Amino acid sequence: MSYLEYQVKYIPAGFRKLLYINWPLVLLLAAVAATGVLMLTSVAGGETARWAEPQLKRFGLGLVLMLGVAMVPLWFWRNMAGVAYASGLFLVILVEFVGVEVNGSVRWINLGFMQLQPSELMKVALVLALAAYYDWLPVTKSSRPLWLIPPLALILLPTFLVLRQPDLGTALLLLTGGGTMMFLAGVHWAYFATIIAAGVGTVVAVFESRGTPWQILADYQYRRIDTFIDPENDPLGAGYHITQAKIALGSGGLTGKGFMQGTQSRLNFLPEKHTDFIFNTLAEEFGFVGGMTLLTLYGLIIFFCVASALQHTSRFATLLVLGVAMTFFLYFAVNMAMVMGLAPVVGVPLPLVSYGGSAMLVLMLAFGLVQSAHVHRPR
Amino acid sequence: MKRPAKDLERASRVVTRRGLVLGGLQLGVMGVLGWRMQSMQVEQAEQFRLLAEENRVNLRLIPPERGLIFDRNGVKLAENSQNYRIVIIREDAGDVDETLARLARLIHVPPEAIETAKEEMARRSPFAPVPIMERVPWEDVARVTVNTPSLPGIIAEVGLSRLYPQREELAHVVGYVGPVSDYDLTRGYLATDTDPVLREIPRFQVGKTGVEAKMEHDLRGSAGTKRIEVNAAGRVMRELGRVPGTAGSDVQLTIDSGLQSYLHARLEGESASVVVIDLEDGDVRAIGSAPSFDPNLFVRGISVADWRALNENKYRPLAAKAVQDAYPPGSCFKMITALAALEAGEIDSQETVWCPGHLDVSGTRFHCWRRGGHGNINLHESLKQSCDVYYYDVGQRVGIDKIAEMARKLGLGVNHDLPLSAVTEGIAPDKAWKRTTRGEDWRIGDTVNASIGQGYVLASPLQLAVMAARLGTGRAVTPRLVRTVDGVPQPSGGGESLGLNENNLRRIRESMFDVSNHRRGTAWRSRIEAEEMLMAGKTGTSQVRRITAEERARGVTSNADLPWERRDHGLFVAFAPYDNPKYAISVVVEHGGGGSTAAAPIARDVMLQALYGGTPPLEAYPSADRGRIDELQQQIQDRAQQRASEGRDRA
Repeated sequence: MSYLEYQVKYIPAGFRKLLYINWPLVLLLAAVAATGVLMLTSVAGGETARWAEPQLKRFGLGLVLMLGVAMVPLWFWRNMAGVAYASGLFLVILVEFVGVEVNGSVRWINLGFMQLQPSELMKVALVLALAAYYDWLPVTKSSRPLWLIPPLALILLPTFLVLRQPDLGTALLLLTGGGTMMFLAGVHWAYFATIIAAGVGTVVAVFESRGTPWQILADYQYRRIDTFIDPENDPLGAGYHITQAKIALGSGGLTGKGFMQGTQSRLNFLPEKHTDFIFNTLAEEFGFVGGMTLLTLYGLIIFFCVASALQHTSRFATLLVLGVAMTFFLYFAVNMAMVMGLAPVVGVPLPLVSYGGSAMLVLMLAFGLVQSAHVHRPR
Repeated sequence: MKRPAKDLERASRVVTRRGLVLGGLQLGVMGVLGWRMQSMQVEQAEQFRLLAEENRVNLRLIPPERGLIFDRNGVKLAENSQNYRIVIIREDAGDVDETLARLARLIHVPPEAIETAKEEMARRSPFAPVPIMERVPWEDVARVTVNTPSLPGIIAEVGLSRLYPQREELAHVVGYVGPVSDYDLTRGYLATDTDPVLREIPRFQVGKTGVEAKMEHDLRGSAGTKRIEVNAAGRVMRELGRVPGTAGSDVQLTIDSGLQSYLHARLEGESASVVVIDLEDGDVRAIGSAPSFDPNLFVRGISVADWRALNENKYRPLAAKAVQDAYPPGSCFKMITALAALEAGEIDSQETVWCPGHLDVSGTRFHCWRRGGHGNINLHESLKQSCDVYYYDVGQRVGIDKIAEMARKLGLGVNHDLPLSAVTEGIAPDKAWKRTTRGEDWRIGDTVNASIGQGYVLASPLQLAVMAARLGTGRAVTPRLVRTVDGVPQPSGGGESLGLNENNLRRIRESMFDVSNHRRGTAWRSRIEAEEMLMAGKTGTSQVRRITAEERARGVTSNADLPWERRDHGLFVAFAPYDNPKYAISVVVEHGGGGSTAAAPIARDVMLQALYGGTPPLEAYPSADRGRIDELQQQIQDRAQQRASEGRDRA
């Protein structure tokens, strides 16, 4: 019996719960997913069977999954946090052994009917585990160094495993997502300040030392970093793709070239146009208006999550919902920054829009948790 | 576990506060994203749109249609014929080996063509058409087209390629085209040509020799462009629009292809060249060098064996001898020496010179062709009988500089600017010339040699024809090869008066008349019988070897006993009709022996053909020759017919 229950005044039961679902949020998710299906139709040249239909089916499945999760009381999910984390970690470790290699990195497990990417699952499992941990931990202890060790371990273990695959994008998301959880839980800001300062210091040292006798990295490593940070220095290699992606985005103009009229994507100048770079097709065909609309939809999703979270008095629910919101935010923010040439290309999909089953299902699962918290909050 | 409410409340405040901080941060990041979108899609949109267009749209050149070349009567000398070729597109072909094998079962495909096509396919994009065979006969095209379903990726295409229907008859004049080469573009005649077609259209055809090369800029036209949409892999998706180019200008030559055709048939078996000039406006009616070659071989890509055969032939079929080669003009030069002396007042027509068969000049003995000499001989007889000693004497009296001046006046040693490859200037030597080119002083012996067109004197058959033309008219007739360009008539080469004394000219002409029409003239046997067509000419025989004193002592070896390379060149120049000159002609038969036997008959036959505008009546010939001439004409007609039918088969 957790403290959750003591504060509950009214909890809907049975199918009445459906009335308490955060329907505006569901609508927003559906709108984003519809945008995705539309764009997947466009990049396949009007053919729906290739990407749009499977994506639509997955969204349907995700919707059912979300509602299913929403029906289950939140305390159950809190109790399952450890199990979820453990199975997530197990699957990530399993990738090491039975993973399928695509494009030089091993991220997937073949389930027969679909390719599962456990690291995606891990993102939600980590949020769940950290929320449960800080719910359990007495608030006064959260900033004590000893009590920082378990959450750090929870974060760094999967991060390390994911980096090995290698999957820089997911590792970054895990690290940032986990860090955010700790920040929300009330860990003293001085820790974050120290870490950020140390990080900045290291980067400055690495770059300042370049060309001096006490240079930290080898020359070729610097060159790699250069290309990574600014791929346009290498216009025929890594830079070609980002350049073409930027051309696609910029050439969309205010209102875009029209549905299926994007030359950059239709003529294959755009790389990975159905996954990581799908936003550029949207921006090319529907312009600034289209891009801003999607960004607004995303913003509204975040807003509804945060609003819902702040209505909770339950620490677990608040942390969980904010954590999911942050994870979702990191997805689209990193992806958009990357396809606009603001950040290095690290391989993060555009949530609910990019073609891919794991991210879609995991995100819908996470929104299921958000809905569960919403349905089961004290009224 | 129960927690203190105070702690919980504080924690809740912390979460709310930090949640709001994060929310604010997220809002900020989204603001940055929105700002970035705005700056790229609204502010820099135009620039990115341009880049996208550049990506997508390629400009391709459409090769212009090359101008045609006609003769003076509108007969096509160079045309663009449709040419079927079979190409394969790798990505459509499926199993390339199997498809090619099936094609080879259907029509004859040389195995090396298949190998070449496979190699090229490996190099190029899967969607690029790779030619397998060019100039495929229509039956094969039909067979391939009918069997399209079983030959995936194989297409019969039609293109234009240059065809020279007159084949070897005008090879040296019209020349031929070929794919533009690196040499053409870097050091060749196109080095300063910036036309993009040369560099952007693969294997673009340009003139390589002759009129095709010299009039390249008129014939080429200008390329059109088409805008096409390409994808990232370079595949053409669709055509967006095109701007048609302009076809090249048609060029009409002054050549009479009928006369030219006769000329070539007449020269068969010889290593010779002939030039016929129309005296009215300098039109080159016929200009032929034999043997010749088929220029179509070069357009198709000549085989190594064919090339070697042409290159190693001692009769040099590739050389346009009529304009490229300069020969010692021999006795044909005597008119120049004589006219120079007459104009200078050094001699008069009655003055005689004693010819004992030789003349000693500063210790060297110069011989006359007739061992016994001509005795006392005047200008008229000296030309008619071609006495050498007379000119040794007269030449020394008038001096080399005046002779050279007269030579240049009559068209020797000057460049006649015909649009042909490697037109030679020849040499009309004088004292200054020897000083600058040899660094030696002119010697009197040089004058003696030059006075009979030997020694340093060199003239091309074209120049000799010009000389005959100028002697016949007294005007500065300039040869021209191009009658019209794109319908615009070119300036006439009729020329102004040379300002020579008409009496002096008449004396020379009278002598030339007797060369052909007097029983003792050197060309008597090759005269024209027809009253109104009488010809006036001059024979020439130029030595290509030195005759030693011992040889002269034991008797000069006759040409028939010498190897071909060491025999004399036979030359003849003439104009006709004598009363009202219309044509001038020059004939050079390399190592043909004497001018009277080798060159004069050819000149007479070609001249008659020109005068009658076709086969002349037998009555025009001397009665003794008519049987032989009839036979020869029959042979030539047969040959021409045979060639015409061969041409049809091959076209």
